[in-house]
Amino acid sequence: MPGPRRIRLPEHTLEIVSDAGEGAQKAAVAFAQLCAKAGNGLWTVEIIPSEIRPPPHTTGSASGNRIRLAERSRVTNAGNRANVVLAFNEMALLSRLEANSLADDVLVLIDDQWATHEMEQYRRSYREVLDRFRSGAAKIIEVPLEKETLRHVEDAQRGKNMFAVGLLCALYSKDPNVLDEVIRGIFKDKTQQVVEVAVKLAAAGHQYGMAHLEECFEIPSSQSEVPKVAMNGNTALALGAISAGFELCSMYPITPATSASHSLSEIFEDFGGFVHQAEDEIAAIGVALGASYAGKTALTITSGPGMALKTEFQGLAVMTETPLVIVDVQRGGPSTGLPTKIEQSDLLHALYGAPGDAPKVVIAPSTVEECYYILSVARKIAEELRMLVIVLSDANLATGQQLFDRPDVSKTPPRPPLDLSPVPLGTLPYDWDPTTGLSQRLIPGQPGGMGVTTSLNHDRDGKACYDSERNERGHAMRSRKLATLQQSLKPPTVHGASEGDLLLVGWGSTRGAVEEAVDMARAEGLAVSSVHIQFLSPLPPGLKNIFRRFRRVTTVELNYSDDWSDPLITEENRRYGQLAWLLRAATLIDVDCFAKVPGRPYMPVEILDEIKRVLDVQPALAAPGPARAANEGVN
Amino acid sequence: MVSMLAEESLLEVCAIETHSLEDYEAEPPRWCKGCGDHGVLAALQRVLRKNNVDPENVVSVSGIGCSSRLPHYLKTYGFHGIHGRALPIATGVRLSRPELPVIVIMGDGDCFSIGGNHWLHAIRYNINAVVLVLDNEVYALTKMQASPTTPDGWKTNTTPRGTYLHPLNPLSAVMGMTNISFVAQTATWLPAHLDETIDKAWDHHGLSFVRILQRCPVFMPKAFGEGGLNFPVVFLEHADGIPIHPLLRKRGAVQAHDHRDINEAQRVAVTADPAPMGLVYQNPDVPAYEEIRWQRQDRPDHQTFLRRLEAEMDRYTVT
Ligand SMILES: Cc1ncc(C[n+]2csc(CCOP(=O)(O)OP(=O)(O)O)c2C)c(N)n1
Ligand code: SF4
Repeated sequence: MPGPRRIRLPEHTLEIVSDAGEGAQKAAVAFAQLCAKAGNGLWTVEIIPSEIRPPPHTTGSASGNRIRLAERSRVTNAGNRANVVLAFNEMALLSRLEANSLADDVLVLIDDQWATHEMEQYRRSYREVLDRFRSGAAKIIEVPLEKETLRHVEDAQRGKNMFAVGLLCALYSKDPNVLDEVIRGIFKDKTQQVVEVAVKLAAAGHQYGMAHLEECFEIPSSQSEVPKVAMNGNTALALGAISAGFELCSMYPITPATSASHSLSEIFEDFGGFVHQAEDEIAAIGVALGASYAGKTALTITSGPGMALKTEFQGLAVMTETPLVIVDVQRGGPSTGLPTKIEQSDLLHALYGAPGDAPKVVIAPSTVEECYYILSVARKIAEELRMLVIVLSDANLATGQQLFDRPDVSKTPPRPPLDLSPVPLGTLPYDWDPTTGLSQRLIPGQPGGMGVTTSLNHDRDGKACYDSERNERGHAMRSRKLATLQQSLKPPTVHGASEGDLLLVGWGSTRGAVEEAVDMARAEGLAVSSVHIQFLSPLPPGLKNIFRRFRRVTTVELNYSDDWSDPLITEENRRYGQLAWLLRAATLIDVDCFAKVPGRPYMPVEILDEIKRVLDVQPALAAPGPARAANEGVN
Repeated sequence: MVSMLAEESLLEVCAIETHSLEDYEAEPPRWCKGCGDHGVLAALQRVLRKNNVDPENVVSVSGIGCSSRLPHYLKTYGFHGIHGRALPIATGVRLSRPELPVIVIMGDGDCFSIGGNHWLHAIRYNINAVVLVLDNEVYALTKMQASPTTPDGWKTNTTPRGTYLHPLNPLSAVMGMTNISFVAQTATWLPAHLDETIDKAWDHHGLSFVRILQRCPVFMPKAFGEGGLNFPVVFLEHADGIPIHPLLRKRGAVQAHDHRDINEAQRVAVTADPAPMGLVYQNPDVPAYEEIRWQRQDRPDHQTFLRRLEAEMDRYTVT
């Protein structure tokens, strides 16, 4: 068999979409594993309907995955508009067009059963949607997905996805034997019969592709010395929690945080840990705080609405200086908002949500790999500074799979036994070092250390007091710890030149897209750089000095800001993105923002367009709206 | 026989020598004169001494309210938390350090109102803890607002023309909960009964829920028949129940009650007048949540821990 003509490419982005329940997600997981095993770098993003059973054959029902795969092993974001889309029906396909997710010259693979379907309504809409694509630069390949699947199983719903993944295996010139292995792994808990059918369908899909595709792609892979792992951010958080030595995770189910506790529940007891599903998010943090007060290492995982419920307990953790870690896997808000989609709108809430002055540490991972390591950092800070540490992940990291170097766990230190050695009676529970605010905590069971830990204002002896002097001291000591930590941080490194026309500032999972956009802009000769902020509280040192070297500074973040061109918006009432708000206050520099709430990650090209708009260069995509008022530039 | 007695008294002497009442006394309490909370503190201290507990090995946890100040005055480890949330904190302590006995102190508003969700769920968890609700039928710390247990028609600052609803009956509420394992009621004006009840709760394995009718002479001077003087009670009697001091028999009727019979206990619990005093229900066989969890948990040595972590990494390793 001569097979299709191969086209070698450094990278590609594809999407697989079906109706919810038809298994495009499974297909994508299998395909991603196939690519990962071959050594391709990758980043995947789930396309999730917000409802469990949306009406089928509608755009709202589209479910699946976006996969960016590359020759280089390090892929830092979900890429630009997709080069390939494999759709189980035309409405799923349409949904991706509406999401502006597809390249103009996208290669569309679509099930052809709708062309001749008995329902006139489907035939018509199939025709209309395909015509829309045909009128542009798209290339369409109609595939008898349903028909071919039916040759092997009675119910095509249960198997089409495996045929599809076999087809993709051919389209990307991958080894069908490896795919066989991958599928057997994925279905290892299923019956032998189910496994054999799945494997057979995948092989059939591959054969069909080899026989019928004219062209196929080859994304070469660079086999690395270091073994790699592929996982999503929530799994990374779960494994990270274990290797960081956490012993208790207390939670209440909430999307998109829940899957982290699923991963943890599966294995935590084998590592001497507990996942406690509490009656609500308030109890969840309460249990974690109680465990931590008793000397164990505890965290609670949640998302925005749950964060709101945890605020009073946050204040208690701060006041009693009980070490505690909260992971907020951010989703779209306010209220129930967009439960399955990404936003970075909890930054200011994390910082200021708890009433009263409640200094705390806020950090954000920017990659799946960082999701793994960040809990060790969080634990260390929480315990050494007796502080509340909030980790801001997001829905993009939560469900996105990324390839990274397999962590070396062999050096994980053993959990030290609780130190319950006696202390002299009257030992101060808050023996603050007046310079750093640091103090040694006492743990129940330590003879001599008996005393009350109170939510009321207290002095070094832990006893409640109400006078101004001791109130001022308590506040100062709790706040001082942030300054102590800040002194130990390094200034962030600038991606690109250290001076120029524009500096982008990002935080969290937008990092990869921002840096890629900066690289593209610099390749076009634009004087753009970026800085990524991992510590949101305390902010790292040196920001003002970095900012001063650029004519303009703009944050890139996934939260709401008023657009300058919106009606009624003026310099006085414009609401900025949350990091911009923070940086303006911290640096007194006129930091602007590119802050939007699309419910999906930014594509690098979108950021590139924004760069060009700010710098008044012709944008790559159609220019949005009227130009905004001149930004005064920083000085 | 003689030697046994000698041994017992020797033990008693040792106990007294090991821990005196003062060992459990922190700063002097700041409750009002005549407040029933004083009595609960003293009773707790007596029970701790009687059981010769090392003060560093006890954790008392409370919410916010007059009653929740108790951990300040009890010289053990104590956690004075936030309003309504004592039980989750206590659950965290029990789950992570099951070797530490835990005493939870809450007010009626604290437990039955703002903490209502945690109250019901803690009972279902059946954590091994002594849970004392000091029920003065009013919000005292915030100066006299109606609580869920404020009697019918009583005037408070938020119900100046009288309350609107029948009071909540905490005993019947808990008697309807799955996994309830210990329910008792006592009152601050019956010190001997209070001591015996707390002692019984201390000995119980599981969550011992004790409602303590508590005098608040400042905001509810007329409650409980002017602090127990004209308050109809019936003492529940059983060989394994809470002993009824002969003097108590003058203060109310005595009724035989089998606290192991859940149906009988439920019937007793719904009757609020006369108020049942004593052990309403006990089932020592309900497993405690933290023990279930500890039994299912593996505690691998460090080498095994690392091996398992490597195995997890293997699951995600692709090249
Ligand atoms: C979240 C919150 N809401 C309200 C309060 C105010 N508050 C403090 S104590 C209390 C009620 C106290 O009544 P109770 O629990 O019956 O205890 P008591 O003072 O009668 O012992 C209230 C409403 C608070 N501290 N925190
Ligand atoms: S106000 Fe009532 S409950 Fe509070 S301390 Fe005084 S008497 Fe006790």
